[in-house]
Amino acid sequence: MFQFLMKRLLQTFYTFAFLIVATFFLLRLAPGGPFDGDKVWPPEVKANIDAKYGLDRPLVSQFLSWAADLARGDLRESFHYIGTPVREIISEALPPSLLLGGWALLIALVMGIALGVLSAWKRRTWLDFSAMFLAVSGITLPTFLIATLLVLLFSSYLGWLPPALWEDRKSMVLPVLTLSFRPLAIIARMTRTTLLEVLHADFIRTAHSKGLTETRVLFKHALRNALIPVVTLLAPITASLITGSYVVETIFQIPGLGQHFVTSVIDRDYPLVMGMTLTFGVVLILCNLAVDLTYGLIDPRIRLEKDS
Amino acid sequence: MRNRFLQDKRFLTSSILLAALCVLALIAPIAAPYSYDAVGVGPNLAPPSPQFWMGTDVLGRDLMSRILFGARVSLAVGFCTAAFSLVLGTITGAVAGYFGGRTDRVLMTVVDVFSIFPMLLLAILVSLVLGRGFAGIFLSIGLTTWVTQARLVRALVLQARELPYVEAGRAIGLSHPSILFKHILPNLLGPMVVSLTFQIPNNILTESFLSFTGLGLQPPYASWGTLANEGFRGLLSYPHLMIFPGLALFITMIGFHFLGDSLRDILDPKSSIGSHTHS
Repeated sequence: MFQFLMKRLLQTFYTFAFLIVATFFLLRLAPGGPFDGDKVWPPEVKANIDAKYGLDRPLVSQFLSWAADLARGDLRESFHYIGTPVREIISEALPPSLLLGGWALLIALVMGIALGVLSAWKRRTWLDFSAMFLAVSGITLPTFLIATLLVLLFSSYLGWLPPALWEDRKSMVLPVLTLSFRPLAIIARMTRTTLLEVLHADFIRTAHSKGLTETRVLFKHALRNALIPVVTLLAPITASLITGSYVVETIFQIPGLGQHFVTSVIDRDYPLVMGMTLTFGVVLILCNLAVDLTYGLIDPRIRLEKDS
Repeated sequence: MRNRFLQDKRFLTSSILLAALCVLALIAPIAAPYSYDAVGVGPNLAPPSPQFWMGTDVLGRDLMSRILFGARVSLAVGFCTAAFSLVLGTITGAVAGYFGGRTDRVLMTVVDVFSIFPMLLLAILVSLVLGRGFAGIFLSIGLTTWVTQARLVRALVLQARELPYVEAGRAIGLSHPSILFKHILPNLLGPMVVSLTFQIPNNILTESFLSFTGLGLQPPYASWGTLANEGFRGLLSYPHLMIFPGLALFITMIGFHFLGDSLRDILDPKSSIGSHTHS
């Protein structure tokens, strides 16, 4: 276990380092600089600004000094929000995003598995058909259409929930629902398919012949095995929640990380872009690691040391 | 085999639907009542009416014409990026799986690196370097999706290379490339086609996300995502501007979804793994 963890961490470190370096240099490849706004600066002023932020030095030395600051836990100050540390901007924007993504993931998991079990259990009944209709529409409807329909129904027509913003619990309902819909659908379908497959396995017949009740067989024996492929899905789903949350945050005007993602790059706010990349990288990597570890918990047959 | 295609209702319905969509996209200049960039052909922001079936947008352009032309962009992006990841992913995965060892490790590390790169970030960076156009979208979607295909093909080749026919091929002295590309890969066509039919709609959806975030094509060109982005600002007052592009996307997704499902049952009965994706 320990050996596996170390190996994974090392591998993670490589990919992470690549991500950082690639972002840093790709960003500089792009034409335009952080202070090329509407105003045209006199050359002396421009040279002064560049010198102040070290932008006149060679790229590699800029990168090294940025990395040295990072090692001390300093993410520097934003170019766009002058004087505001990047760390402050991110720590303000992170909670809404994490809350949105976390709730969406939780709802998708619980409801998705529940729907999947229900439709596999009551196969070929109206319950199964309506659950799968929901699942297919969740996979095929684009997020912005789901958001539009929900807003039109619950805010515009019924007037129950606010159409945007992130203030109280009521305002969180629609964004979370929107974001959770697609992963929920994917999980429900996957659970149903694998559960139906597992139910044909020999050990299920054995369990039945031992005289166990149907619910016990379903939940204790079948579901645990059926969930393994579902766990595999969690890594791509988490990645999709991050992208999806950008769309949802835009539509519902949530003050999360999403708003900074695109604007910071367009503003060429180098320190903020690097801070965002770091944050997303860490979230993504932690999720992938968590998935790897969950495998071992659900299925003791999977030996992590030998794998990968 | 042929009978199984013809007997499958899902396959027939979805392929007819998709074929109709492709034809509509191809003949958009003839089928559309107006040009996609003709400003002021009707009143601004008119709701759907007998003259403008899907209403008009903020500049008085006919929405239906714009959606028909948008179909060309959305479908083209879907097909081209899927072809890109098919070629790159298949070659990488096949070589990694067949030769194993160090080759495998190196190639799969590259795959891992690409799969961890946040697509939105890559898309922004690519669009900065290449400009916001077809090339930028194509590259950012292609570079983030080919890894799925590479992993799939590698897993399939790993299984296939242990089979008797491969051993027989080696015994009669066939070269590695000939065994791999002439014998193993043709046998894996089924699962690969199935994965492709799931990849195309995902890429179309991804393009719509990118365009929705403003990273896609620039006006007056429009994909369904761009149209939805334009409609989003007036969501509460003029919902038709967002609903119709969304519906176009939804119908396409449904078509590909059932096509993929039926193809999987016909071509690849062993696997049952559904469409799992990011985006």
